[in-house]
Amino acid sequence: MPADGVPLLKVEDLRVSFGRDEPRGTVVKGVSFTLHPGRCLGIVGESGSGKSVTARSIVGLAGLGGFVHAKTIAFNGHSLIGQADRQWRRIRGRHIGYILQDALTSLDQLRSVGREVGEGLELHGVTRSAAERDARVVELLTSVGLPDPAIKARQLPSELSGGQRQRALIASALALDPELLIADEPTTALDVTVQAQVLDLLEQTKARGKALILISHDLAVVSRMADEVIVMCNGDVVEQGPAAEIFARPRHGYTRRLIDAIPSAHRRGSRLAPASAPRLRVAEEVRPEAVASGPLLEASGLVKRFRGPDKILRTAVAGVSFALAQGETLGIVGESGSGKSTVARIVMALEEPDEGYVRLNGLPWTGIAERERRARRRFIAMVYQDPLSSFDPRWTIERIIADAIPDTEAHRPGRVSELLNLVSLPASHRGRRALDLSGGQRQRVAVARAVASRPNVIVCDEPVSALDVSVQAQILDLLGDLKRELGVSYLFISHDLGVVHHVSDRVLVMSGGEVVESSEADDVFLAPRHPYSRTLLAAVPRLPIAPAA
Amino acid sequence: MSSTDQALVFRAVERRRSAVAAFVRTLPPGVAVAALVIVLFVAAAAAPGHLQTHNPFRTDLYATLQPPSLAHLFGTDQSGRDLFSRVVEGTRQSLTIGIGATGLSLSIALLLGVTAGLAGGAVDAAISRFLEVLFAFPNLFLALLFVTVFAATPATLVIAVGIGTAPGYARMIRGQFLSVKRAGYVEAARTLGHSYGRVVRQHIFPNAMRPLVVMITLGLGQSIVWASGLAFLGLGVAPPSPEWGALLDAGRHYVTRAWWLEVMPGLAIIAFALSATVVSRHLQDRLEGRVHAG
Amino acid sequence: MSEPAITARQAPPWRRRTAAVLRRLLGAVAVFWAVATFTFCVQSLLPGDRAEMMLNVASGTLVQASKAELAAVNARYGFDQPLSVQYLRYIEALPRGDFGVSYQTHRPVRDMIAEQIRPTILLTASALVLAWVIAIVVTVTTAGRPGRLSRFIGGVQVATAVAPPYWIGTILLVVFAVRLRLFPVEGDNGLPGLVLPAAALAIPLSGFLGQVIREEFSRVLEQPFVTTARMRGMGDTGVRLRHVLRHAALPGVTLSGWAVGALFSGAAVIETVFARPGIGGLLVAATSSRDIPLVTGIIVASAGIYILANLLVDLAYPIIDPRLRAR
Repeated sequence: MPADGVPLLKVEDLRVSFGRDEPRGTVVKGVSFTLHPGRCLGIVGESGSGKSVTARSIVGLAGLGGFVHAKTIAFNGHSLIGQADRQWRRIRGRHIGYILQDALTSLDQLRSVGREVGEGLELHGVTRSAAERDARVVELLTSVGLPDPAIKARQLPSELSGGQRQRALIASALALDPELLIADEPTTALDVTVQAQVLDLLEQTKARGKALILISHDLAVVSRMADEVIVMCNGDVVEQGPAAEIFARPRHGYTRRLIDAIPSAHRRGSRLAPASAPRLRVAEEVRPEAVASGPLLEASGLVKRFRGPDKILRTAVAGVSFALAQGETLGIVGESGSGKSTVARIVMALEEPDEGYVRLNGLPWTGIAERERRARRRFIAMVYQDPLSSFDPRWTIERIIADAIPDTEAHRPGRVSELLNLVSLPASHRGRRALDLSGGQRQRVAVARAVASRPNVIVCDEPVSALDVSVQAQILDLLGDLKRELGVSYLFISHDLGVVHHVSDRVLVMSGGEVVESSEADDVFLAPRHPYSRTLLAAVPRLPIAPAA
Repeated sequence: MSSTDQALVFRAVERRRSAVAAFVRTLPPGVAVAALVIVLFVAAAAAPGHLQTHNPFRTDLYATLQPPSLAHLFGTDQSGRDLFSRVVEGTRQSLTIGIGATGLSLSIALLLGVTAGLAGGAVDAAISRFLEVLFAFPNLFLALLFVTVFAATPATLVIAVGIGTAPGYARMIRGQFLSVKRAGYVEAARTLGHSYGRVVRQHIFPNAMRPLVVMITLGLGQSIVWASGLAFLGLGVAPPSPEWGALLDAGRHYVTRAWWLEVMPGLAIIAFALSATVVSRHLQDRLEGRVHAG
Repeated sequence: MSEPAITARQAPPWRRRTAAVLRRLLGAVAVFWAVATFTFCVQSLLPGDRAEMMLNVASGTLVQASKAELAAVNARYGFDQPLSVQYLRYIEALPRGDFGVSYQTHRPVRDMIAEQIRPTILLTASALVLAWVIAIVVTVTTAGRPGRLSRFIGGVQVATAVAPPYWIGTILLVVFAVRLRLFPVEGDNGLPGLVLPAAALAIPLSGFLGQVIREEFSRVLEQPFVTTARMRGMGDTGVRLRHVLRHAALPGVTLSGWAVGALFSGAAVIETVFARPGIGGLLVAATSSRDIPLVTGIIVASAGIYILANLLVDLAYPIIDPRLRAR
């Protein structure tokens, strides 16, 4: 692609700060780039890196109280600096389209999809009549591959599926055929197969000669689309250059760590975080008690149906069976609505199965009274996706962990410190509340609580989905260490195939409430047999690099 | 007590005092003023004599219907009584009625709300229906029904306002219990093998009851407004008494000649209700964002 | 991708809608019946002899009536019947709007209410509209903006929400009617006579509604779809009016059903202050004279209006929140 001529967008030394507190309030500290038509710039970074603010500053909406300074922000050769709001409004939508992360909240819930998509046409006075606008809206929805566009245009955003909503949102951004499209985490909340479709759509837009700025925390997504990449960390640009070069030969330590933290780039079960993370040493008495031979956890023919708000019975889980042996990790992977979380709730005896049974440590676990179950609940523990909501907001970390220690050993002094130490949290954190901790620290507390009762089985339901990739790596390492040191078994549930492959010995692939494939982890990922597993796997974007040793 | 003990006690007191000082310092100015206003009203109720400038019952036929001045801060009434001293004198009765009504209201609300919230199922459905029925009565009308049946006395006022405002709080408490019951930490406690009783004691009750302080402050202000409304209509506390609503009722007949008779007691009601609202909103903010409360 | 299997057939949408409306109607009737029963129970707690009291109310004096006089009254009004018979007769008469006869005037309560209800409905309805107008204008122009003015207006809304309507009414009366002579002092004098009482009722309600709408307004302003609309080139005012307001109004609409009850309460006092005709003033007078049939009649009738208003709000709700229609 020729890089000569006037660039579509030229940004030089962009700085954004909030409030008067200059050094600390500065969230973007000098970003520069040029973008030409038909090219894609990827901006990568973890939460708080300043990547979204950078993009929003380009359309003059940095946010309330934000101060934007730059040497140049030029679009098509015209400077955008110091424009009046009226001038900005002529550019937004017309020349620069913008897609935000979550399509459900990015579309007005109270208006039809068609009105939302057509709003830009109306604002910029492109269409003269309502009929003309409606016709254009249907055209737009057709162009993004929405089935039954005329019907969908009349429906509400909540009546569309996640993927359809995201397409509609893209259609609304493309309504006026802008020269530049900015997509801020456009696929984050989507299932992998839907993500692949949305990325295809963005690729087509790029192929039509439009420029694209793609913002994502997901290196693999960016590597698939971007020609040039900016890696941001705490407002600084740590690395910038052609995509191929950055992913193949990262120069900066932070980029290296980000790439290393991706599970699929590693040998299964190896450590993801840098070697500096402490290895665990565990005293004998905290290991779980040895149990009789045979599977620790056995599920057979589980069926669960739910009645929806419309009184219609839906089958969430349709005949799921598996067994979990001592010291083993069984991964369950599937997209949203596959029934994987319901399986977790049945295993935790939070739901009774309609058919089938679960046995724990060789004894019946479902179909018995809660009273009988209570004493044995200590053998099975759970780690949730959102640890914060699983902690009583009034309690300190110490109390949260102490509460999980069985009464028979609660008197042992120093037990809480021991557990905090086990998950690499300083003992000084014991008096804090969960709200004051970071996401990764909270998940460590959740893990400490889970192992406090010395369980045989820990059920992990999407334990790293809400975390940044580098924090995710630390938590996965921690879980791996605990497995080796304590000999616990995991039932590990996730939508992320890379993560599941990394931690699991065996894997179940679920779809529509059924197990479509069940085998050794490597077999599922390297030689999937079921067509659904193959589709799922093919949809995962990958980094163009060889797995590290 | 040895001297070291005394030193320890002293230090403990010091620490508490500095903690209070630190707490006060974190209050936004508006909230601090509101808290001060409430303290003043409580002082007026506890020891009216210290704040009064005149004898609230002494008539002075040479100084009737005097406008507010330095001698008479709120002016005088048709019998020459000092209005400021009368407002101060009425504080006790107004607050007592307010506290009584709030206490009754919250007791009923707690009984119904906690039962419905904890029991769920048919019990919840029955109580919710009952609350819906009580809601259908305009607040004041329900109170008037009680006044009609049991005659107009301060005690009826307490019962009428208490029952009239109870359904709103009951519904709030019930909702609070229902949402806490669904919280992730309640489920987490279940998976730890704790009994339902323990989960209720440890998690559901304390968390669901957190807004109670907010409800009490808010309810105090509201019930004083309502009780004065009834007194204003001449149903409850009769005019010779300096209860705020009764003062308003008495002043109504002279309002064209002496505006202060109506404005000043009203300002007292508003000052109290507003302060109570401001304080309760602040408490609510603190409860929700515990970060800053520490 | 993989939607859960649907194992039952759905009824057609229009039929489900009709069924939902019918269920709601039936619920309203049930609540009304319960309201009437509750009122009956409370008034039956009345201490003392009913006939004696009735004679006292009618004559306005305390006289010792003879046994024969009392027996005649008891027989005529059925006070000598067991409570269950009285209850059945009371409930049976309700659908006809028959609340009995006033102790004081000996006229049917139904006729007395019918004469007085129009001004009250006019007063409460105009107060409700006025409160909404004030709340919306104030919120749209100031909510979610930085600076002192916005904070000050927020404070004023809190203050007006706690102000008693009877006090505001008196102040308005003195300032605008007595001093400035802009409006009539009292009585039902058409539109000019309506302004002050309606304002007295609307001001506290607008403060209350305003707080609720304002909070929601600020929250919705932060939502991604608002940012998205701005990214399409919409201005701040456009976003506020065309997107945010509708969302922010939802909790206010839910409250409006409840507000009808609060307005009726307020009307009772305001009608007394302004000496306006209406069922509120009628109720206050009936309360002082302990005219039981009139009191229960007005209370049951206004509870009926409250139930009706809430029913209308419920049925109209899907118009501004189409998500409910889609279900």
